Amino acid sequence: MSGLEDLYREIILDHYRSPRNRGELPSPPAERVEAFNPLCGDEVVVYLQVDDGVLSDIRISGQGCSISQSSASLMSAAVKGKPVNEVRDLIKTFKSMMSIHESHLGTGAGGEDRDGTASQDGEDRGGTEDEGVLIDPEAMGELAALQGVVKFPVRIKCATLSWNALAQGLDEAASAGDVGTTD
Amino acid sequence: METLSASGTSIDPVAIRADFPILAREVGGRRLVYLDSAASSQHPRMVLDAMDNYYETTHANVHRGVYAMAEEADRLYENARTSVGRFIHAPDPAREVLFTKNATESLNLVAYSWGRHNLQRGDIVVLSEMEHHANLVPWLALAEERGIQLRFLGIDDAYRLDLTGIEDIVAGAKIVSLTLMSNVLGTMPPFADIARLAHAAGAVVMADGAQFVPHLPTDVGALGCDFLAFSGHKMLGPTGIGVLWGRRDLLEDMPPFLGGGGMIRDVRLDGFVPSELPWKFEAGTPPIAEAIGLAAALEYLEAIGMEAIGAHQRSLTSYAQQLLNDRFGGDLKIMGPAGVDDRGGVLSIAYRDIHPHDLAQVLDQSGVCIRAGHHCAKPLMRHLGVTATARASFYLYNDESDVDALADALAEAGNLFW
Ligand SMILES: Cc1ncc(COP(=O)(O)O)c(C=O)c1O
Repeated sequence: MSGLEDLYREIILDHYRSPRNRGELPSPPAERVEAFNPLCGDEVVVYLQVDDGVLSDIRISGQGCSISQSSASLMSAAVKGKPVNEVRDLIKTFKSMMSIHESHLGTGAGGEDRDGTASQDGEDRGGTEDEGVLIDPEAMGELAALQGVVKFPVRIKCATLSWNALAQGLDEAASAGDVGTTD
Repeated sequence: METLSASGTSIDPVAIRADFPILAREVGGRRLVYLDSAASSQHPRMVLDAMDNYYETTHANVHRGVYAMAEEADRLYENARTSVGRFIHAPDPAREVLFTKNATESLNLVAYSWGRHNLQRGDIVVLSEMEHHANLVPWLALAEERGIQLRFLGIDDAYRLDLTGIEDIVAGAKIVSLTLMSNVLGTMPPFADIARLAHAAGAVVMADGAQFVPHLPTDVGALGCDFLAFSGHKMLGPTGIGVLWGRRDLLEDMPPFLGGGGMIRDVRLDGFVPSELPWKFEAGTPPIAEAIGLAAALEYLEAIGMEAIGAHQRSLTSYAQQLLNDRFGGDLKIMGPAGVDDRGGVLSIAYRDIHPHDLAQVLDQSGVCIRAGHHCAKPLMRHLGVTATARASFYLYNDESDVDALADALAEAGNLFW
């Protein structure tokens, strides 16, 4: 059962049972992005409000499995109130945490967009505990709890669903001219 | 193969399991409990041997060779057609049984060939809300392309087809196409009755037998269908082979579906003349080994007896209904008809509010394989108000110990999440 306990860590179950930042924001002005996982019908809707280069507010709605819903909740807690640059960095870090496994298997080309299509033999390799080499779990805070998901390749897409929606929302906010170039 | 002598009224799943090499494997040190046969069933050694034997001794293309081995291959392939015809009691197997890639292709063949030949703007096609996407999307595409009109039989509170006002629904319909057994609910609509009404209204009737044909005696005459579609891989056969049975006069009148080698009598640069039935509908090199594998699967099923397989399915489903109800009470809901008179061995389960994917994941740790998802029936999911269900399904190699394992694993999932 050890693999399973890696997947369903207590933090994940907590965010699943009591999701943070649940709800909606009036859109517009907020960006609203829907993401679907056609595999299981999971659905996440991310509302985000960007003001002066800061992700000032975020809300999550939709329904789905414990992984997609807890990942969305953990994400919302981690990014709310953060400068957009930092949020983008965190998205990148999170997605590499989710795809690190894939690149270790040598199928990493374009890995960021290929979540969930990872090789099915993932479980065998998952036990090597080398996921932490590039990712500093300390820096990830509670999000590190989702690391166990990489051992279950079909569930990776559940974990990245809301993050893809967030990335898309930030792009839309930027192209709508809401985000000042902060560099 | 002692199990084959067990043909009669009851079957012995333990002996049957011994015929299925894959069922001897373990998952994470636990016995494999395979409860996903509605998605795809496993194979007795006899099927694997038949295919190996063809590849090792008889492999050649069909319909084209004059040499002895090619003739042998041809005979095996055509014998498989006869076996399928016998299995579904087709009046004219040699003409009316078409091999396809799967049930999906069979259903598409009818929508494309019969549909485009016979349906005009405004024509009515009757389906139901519990259909698999394979019996929805081809018609939806035709509605978009041709402007045909789709009508749907609904679902009542007991998960059965709602037949209220069915005379009005089928009135004026050109074709009525329905599942014989829902792959989500297990529901078996009263197909023969509906077919009678549909015929009286002048409609052609198609049966999606993907879930039904593997489990119960099938007689196209008794069902009263004009077309019947099913897949080999859900009835102990290999993937890559499906069947469309059709009434000969209808098939004769239909244009070819795919064009290419094997399906023509003559080709000139300004046109072609299609071949006769059944080859008119079998363009290109067909799934030869798969047809041979399917014939072996049918032989295996027939030796055990479809009556006995049907009875086993009912008794196992009844056991599961009772056990799950006793053990989990109101925490667990089976989305499907109560009893076993008009349902198959497909149990869609909702357990507390644990998401089906989480349930399937936890069950996998106990070696219990169930399916979680929308099961290619999204309109039905919407009707049920869910995005997915967790589905366990039974076949002849399952027994009560598998149901017990399912219940134990569900209890473990409950402990983990709450
Ligand atoms: C009721 C029903 N119809 C059609 C199909 C399609 O079968 P296949 O995927 O083999 O084409 C299925 C398979 O899941 C089914 O359950």
